[in-house]
Amino acid sequence: MTKYDAIIIGAGHNGLTNAAYLAKAGLNVLVVEKNEYIGGAAVTREMHDGWFYSSCSYVCSMMRQSIHRDLNLTKHGLVLVPYLGTVVFADNGDTMVSYNSEEAEYNQLRRRSPHDADAMFRFQADLARYAQLIRKTLLRTPPDPTSFRPRDIKELLWLAKEFWSLGEKELYEYIRFFTMSAADFLDDYFEDDLIKAAMASPGVIGTALGVYSPGSAYILLHHVMGDVDGNIGAWGLARGGMGAISHAIAGALKEHGGEIRTNAGVDKIRVKNGKAVGVVLDNGDELRADIVVSNMDAKRTFTQCMDKNDLPPGIYDKAKNFKIRGSSGKVNIALSGLPKFNKVPDNRYINRGGQGFVGSMETMERAYDCWKHGRWSEDPFIESVIPSAWDPTVAPPGQHWMSNFVQYCPPALADGPWTPEKRDAFGQTVIDKIERYCPGFKDLIVHMEVRTPHEIEAEVGLTEGNIFQGELTIDQLLFNRPFPGYAQYRMPIKNMYMCGSSTHPGGGVSSACGANAAREILIDLKRPNTVPEDDFYDE
Amino acid sequence: MMSSQVDIKDPFAGERLKESPFHPRQALFNLRDAWSSWNGYKFADYYYDEEYEYFCIRNSCATYDICPMQKYVMTGPDAEAMLNRMVTRDISKLKENRVTYVCWCTDEGRVIDDGTIFKMGADRFLLTCGSPSLAWLRKSAFGFDQLEISDVSDSLAALSFQGPTTCEVLKKMGLVGIEDLKPFCIAYFSLGSNDNNRLMVSRTGFTGDLGYELWIEEAYALELWDKLYAAGEDYGIQPYGEAATNMARLEAGFIMPGMEFNEALKTVHYQYDQTPFELNLDWLVDFKKPHFNGRSALIKARDQGAEYTLVKLDIEGNKPAEESFLYSDKECSKEIGYVTSAMWSPVVKANIALAMVMTSALDRDIWAEIYYSKELRHHSKVVRCTLQALPFWSPKRARATPPGLY
Repeated sequence: MTKYDAIIIGAGHNGLTNAAYLAKAGLNVLVVEKNEYIGGAAVTREMHDGWFYSSCSYVCSMMRQSIHRDLNLTKHGLVLVPYLGTVVFADNGDTMVSYNSEEAEYNQLRRRSPHDADAMFRFQADLARYAQLIRKTLLRTPPDPTSFRPRDIKELLWLAKEFWSLGEKELYEYIRFFTMSAADFLDDYFEDDLIKAAMASPGVIGTALGVYSPGSAYILLHHVMGDVDGNIGAWGLARGGMGAISHAIAGALKEHGGEIRTNAGVDKIRVKNGKAVGVVLDNGDELRADIVVSNMDAKRTFTQCMDKNDLPPGIYDKAKNFKIRGSSGKVNIALSGLPKFNKVPDNRYINRGGQGFVGSMETMERAYDCWKHGRWSEDPFIESVIPSAWDPTVAPPGQHWMSNFVQYCPPALADGPWTPEKRDAFGQTVIDKIERYCPGFKDLIVHMEVRTPHEIEAEVGLTEGNIFQGELTIDQLLFNRPFPGYAQYRMPIKNMYMCGSSTHPGGGVSSACGANAAREILIDLKRPNTVPEDDFYDE
Repeated sequence: MMSSQVDIKDPFAGERLKESPFHPRQALFNLRDAWSSWNGYKFADYYYDEEYEYFCIRNSCATYDICPMQKYVMTGPDAEAMLNRMVTRDISKLKENRVTYVCWCTDEGRVIDDGTIFKMGADRFLLTCGSPSLAWLRKSAFGFDQLEISDVSDSLAALSFQGPTTCEVLKKMGLVGIEDLKPFCIAYFSLGSNDNNRLMVSRTGFTGDLGYELWIEEAYALELWDKLYAAGEDYGIQPYGEAATNMARLEAGFIMPGMEFNEALKTVHYQYDQTPFELNLDWLVDFKKPHFNGRSALIKARDQGAEYTLVKLDIEGNKPAEESFLYSDKECSKEIGYVTSAMWSPVVKANIALAMVMTSALDRDIWAEIYYSKELRHHSKVVRCTLQALPFWSPKRARATPPGLY
């Protein structure tokens, strides 16, 4: 039986990144994937003739440029294209568009509120300052604050120095920021409700929190700290869909001699004498390896793929209680033409970007109320993008695919389990809402794929369909992610590691978790590091 | 309310920048009125966002107004001999309906300009270049009596049409067989019915990607624009300006006058202009052909070896090495060259540059001292550079015939 140096469970983008860096260091690696296709939640699939959906994640801004460059992902087919122009829609039909031009943007904001137009400058500067600090930690392993090892102490000192360099006032603000709600944070800047709602919406995306819930301010930051070619806050599309990212990383992995096996779900991680020794596949096959790396979320890894008796005390409970609540759904729609929205000027700089159906602060909070009661939102917050308006490869010419991220949608309904009928009713709620702002929208629909947390968990394996592999609140960030004491990618079992978004720095298509985990594994193996150190943050 | 009806005459009438035949359409796209100028024409620096326009070149398709480019039609039995006497490349082998890239030099072997020659018939050529060159052409035509030079810069409108979806768009526009047009070839098409193949299309460009250049008489420029934009509507068509051009051409490794070389006829300081060898254009100089301008000086230059050589650099970090000095050591004690153009390449995700490096230092380490500014404060850093042999961006579709589906 072949024995691998390392087996990585899950061919999502972080698993592939982890494997690529281990292979680059000369390890004999195998990635096992339960689906017949690779990519996890960074995937593109032809769901309708000529239409290629990015079924899960749909935009990208956190992909580490240093990794892109280091793994030569462009050579392996990856082109990231920024998309511009978003429109937000208010309950009363009002719209606010955003141009990629400071002057046009300023004039636009002034029409709503001269006060807010001015405040936007301070808001952007403050966010940039906060984002800069977090960005610096993305490709670093969090220090263990209770450890006395020189490396941890050094890293803690570095972190402290970075925090102190903000200055006393900002330091207080920053600490507050981590525990604040998006609404409270925004109240300090803006007075216009639609501007607030537009700015608050990234604070709840992918999270079972409302805009008034403490902790949502940080999530807002998590969504705007990315960049495309240095333009912080910009979002990009992968040409060919998000699967292009996974396929490019897989290309780099294969170039370095790595192997991928699809249709190979893992039933159990095999542990012997307190050490991980391999995996047992769903079909009963056993594969042996010196190292096992799980790219699955922490809850799934420890509660489903491991024998409780193999785990040290407490870990099972920690995993069981890991906060990974599903809160969102996704509706992918094939359209026969470009939708025309009410009150959106007909110019290509804004009519083909993203749409935010935010309504108002209150509407977003009410949408959250439904989730709390085990129902999908009757008037949901929808974040939409029409990638085909930018990427000529994902839909037939003149026809389009629209990605609709829908919040909120519970993993379990109060009135019993999800059924195909309920799933379709959820999809109907979404298109009903879009139709309100886009008369004739329904007539354009050629095909629809509706995904509730139930489908996302079943297909991708994300527990409860949580897109971040665990919520991004302070109790689960940095040295607390996934659990205090286990934030350095090493798990309680010897020779076992984690490399998914359940680890620092968390969700998003960044490749950072996978790369950081590879660096830690190589340290343990006393092999030279292959992971880039220079993360191109603003020096 | 009454509006004032005072008739104010433009005191600068006639002195303002000329508008290209495509201007009425292009102005609509220019959200920020970001105009600069080129050869007396009003000319877009960018229309909305330079990076967006750049990505249209790499991702969909985009048009670049090359009306301000200088265009000369040379006709007559002496046309070929005259051009062959002027440029360094042997164009006697150039077939009809083909295009070739050329440069031409002073007697001292310094580059005056580069451009393209289109062979449109046995005795009929089109020469295009960046700067007005009529005076030099006249000088070069001395002794070639059976030759007529006409400056068609203002009357021949041209659009550079670049990007992966260009072939599909031209097909959709009705240019039957366009997919079979090979790189550096010319074909003629009708724009409407019975228009006698008014539209000339060459598979050429300045972006390193799949692309075409569309040539038509000025009077039909807007008709061409409207048909092209109607066909391109679903393929992401967008005009792009000078800023995006400069990004794309640098990734392709193409040189630019005023950046990589100083036009010899405009150079004040001794040898601040360049030989083709310094610009890595050895392949453009053909010593086997009959005498041409600058030949003796170029033989000497070849034998001596170029003092500087233009190279492509891949540079650490993400700060563009604009106007950087280059050194052979990290301590910056030995200066070996300078950067001519630099940028962050969005498609390759690399920090790239073209640079002049002393030929004798090419086998040594290369370090760049990069200056950059952060919120008004200046910073500098010294980073390692790696020589790169191939263009930074060179997709297969740019060379393939048919180019294949985008």
